[in-house]
Amino acid sequence: MAVAGSAVGLGNFLRFPGLAAQYGGGAFMIAYAISFLIIGLPIGWAEWAMGRYAGSKGFNSAPGAFAAILNKPWAKYVGIIGVIVPVMIYMYYVFIESWCLGYAVKFWTGSVDLKTTDDAVAMFKSMSGQLMDGSALSLSWNAALPWLMVVFVFNFWLIYRGISGGIEKMCNYGMPVLIVLALVVLARVMTLGAPDPAKPHDNVVNGLGYLWNPSKVQIERTHPAPGEAKVVEEVVGAAAIKAAEQKVAASGGGLKLVTITPWQQLQNPLLWMAAAAQIFFSLSVGFGVIIVYASYLRKTDDVVLSGLTASSANEFCEVALGGLITVPAAVAFLGLASVAGQGTFGLGFTVLPLVFAKMPLGAFFGGAFFFMLFLAAVTSSISMLQPGIAFLEEAMNVGRKVSVTILGMLTTLGTGFVVFFTKGLKALDTLDFWVGTFLIFILATIQIIIFGWHWGIERGLREAHKGAALRIPRLFGGIMKWICPLFLLAIFVMTVLTSVFGFDLSTGTFGSASSYVVDLIGGMKEGKAVETNLAAQLSVALVVIVAAYFALLSSRSKAFQRAEQGLTKHD
Amino acid sequence: MTSTGLLVMLLSVGTVASLFGWCIYKVLTTPRETEKVHGVELHTPDMDGEG
Repeated sequence: MAVAGSAVGLGNFLRFPGLAAQYGGGAFMIAYAISFLIIGLPIGWAEWAMGRYAGSKGFNSAPGAFAAILNKPWAKYVGIIGVIVPVMIYMYYVFIESWCLGYAVKFWTGSVDLKTTDDAVAMFKSMSGQLMDGSALSLSWNAALPWLMVVFVFNFWLIYRGISGGIEKMCNYGMPVLIVLALVVLARVMTLGAPDPAKPHDNVVNGLGYLWNPSKVQIERTHPAPGEAKVVEEVVGAAAIKAAEQKVAASGGGLKLVTITPWQQLQNPLLWMAAAAQIFFSLSVGFGVIIVYASYLRKTDDVVLSGLTASSANEFCEVALGGLITVPAAVAFLGLASVAGQGTFGLGFTVLPLVFAKMPLGAFFGGAFFFMLFLAAVTSSISMLQPGIAFLEEAMNVGRKVSVTILGMLTTLGTGFVVFFTKGLKALDTLDFWVGTFLIFILATIQIIIFGWHWGIERGLREAHKGAALRIPRLFGGIMKWICPLFLLAIFVMTVLTSVFGFDLSTGTFGSASSYVVDLIGGMKEGKAVETNLAAQLSVALVVIVAAYFALLSSRSKAFQRAEQGLTKHD
Repeated sequence: MTSTGLLVMLLSVGTVASLFGWCIYKVLTTPRETEKVHGVELHTPDMDGEG
C-alpha cells in the first residue's frame, strides 16, 4: 500500500490526460504503451539496481552514484543532471501543488460556484495567474500565492523536521482513498452522456473515442492562406462525421475531410518524446529520484518487485483512472475543439471542477479529490527534494539541516521566478519541456547505457536479482542493451531534427522550429516572424545557472573524488 | 468511438489492472516480501543523523 501510495502523483491525474489530449489520443496511447514496456520498466529496474549498488558504497546522490559506478572524474558532472531534474521540477511542481490546496479549500468552503465553462476557465486563470506576469503574486483568496506559501512552508517543515509517523501514514493511506474517490468520479463521468442537449456530439462516448481511437478524422482547409491553420476541427463519432461531410460538401472545395492513420501520427517524433517523457515523469524514471531512494535499501531488499509494483500502481491510476476521467469529461463539457487547446494542466483544473459542480455533494467530493491530489503532490514533491539534499550533503560535506536550508533558499528563488512569469504559464511550460522532458530523456538514456554497456547485462541483472523474488525475463536483457538505447537515441535525433531544424518528415523539407526553440532564438511560425520570449529565455538561463552552481560544488567535493577512485565514502 | 478504439481501450485498461493486481498478489503471497518491497519512502536514514 505504501509503495502504491508513493507512486501516485499529479502526473497521473493531471499531466497524462493533458498530454494525451494535446497529442491526439489514440496514437499517443500506442506510443505510451510501447514506451512503458521498452523504456519505463527496463530503465526503472536499472535505476533501482544502480542506486542500491551506489548505496552499498555509501553514496546517495546521483553524482556520487555515477562516480562510484563509472570511476571517472567526468561522471559526477553527468550525474548532476540527476540533481537538476528533480530540484527544478520541484520549482514548478510546488506551484501546481498550491492550486490543488487552493481548489480543495475553495470547494470545502462552498466558494466554488461554476455554472459555465467560462467560469471554470476564469477560476483557473485567476489561480494560476495566466492573465499577466505577476498576477499570481497576490494575497488574494483566488490567487496562488497564499496557498503557495502554506505549501512551501509545509513541505520544508516536513523535510526539515523529518517525517512523523502520523504524516507518513496520512500520505500513504490517503492514496487508496484517492483511488476510491477517483472511481466515484469515474462512475459519474461515464454516466454523463451529453450534458448539453443542444450539442449531442459533445458526449462521453465521443470523448472515449477521442482518447482511444487509433485513427483520427479531421476537417482541413484545402488551400490554407499564409499564417492560417490547416486543421479546422477534429470530428469523432458517426453522427459528427456525417455532419462534417455535409459541411465539406457545402464548402465548394474549400474544405476536405481527412483520415489520419495511426502510422501517420506516429511519425511525429514530438509525440514519441512526449509519451516517453510522461512515462519517465509518472514512474519517476530518469528523474534522479529512484537512484537516490534505492541507495538507502539493503542488499536483501527486492528491487525487481519494488520497481514493478510501483510502476503498475502508477499505470493503473494513470490509464484506468486519470485517462478515463478527464478527457471524456472535457469532451462532454467543452467539446473536441476546446480539449486540444487546454494545455497540459488545464483539463484537470477546468473540467474536473465543472464535473464536481454538477454532481450531488460536489463541494465535498471536489474538496476531497483536490485535497487527496494535494497529499499525493506532497509525497512527490518531498521525494523531489531528497536528491538535492543528498547531493548537497555529499558535495559540501554538511549535515541535513544545512543542506535543507541551502536547498530551501535555492528553490524559493526558482519558484518565485516561475510564479512571477505566469502569463500563458510560459516559465512553467518552458521548464516542463526543457527539464521535465528533454533533460529527463538525456538522463534516462545515459543511465540505460551505463547499465547495459558499462556494467553489461550479466552484471546488471545480477545486481538487480539480489534479494529478488522475481527474475527479470531474459528478453529484457536484449531490450536493455539494444532496443532501449537505440529507441531513445532515435527519438532524440528525430526530435532535434524536427524541433530545432524544423525538418518535415512528410515532405522531407526544412521549415519552422518548434515553439520551444522559437521562444529562445526567434524564427518563423506558420509563415510569420516570431520574436523571442524573455520568460522562456530566462527559464533556460535559470537551468544553466543552477547547473553551473552544482558543477562547481561537484568539482570541489572530496566524497566524489573518493567515488572516482573506487573507494567507499567512509572507510 | 470505433470498435478498434474500444478494443485498444479494453486491452490497455485490462492489462494495467491485471498487472497491478498480480503485483499485489505476489507481494502478499511471497514469504517476508512485504518487508523487502519498497517505494519512495518519505523517511530517509539521513533524517536520523541530526537531532
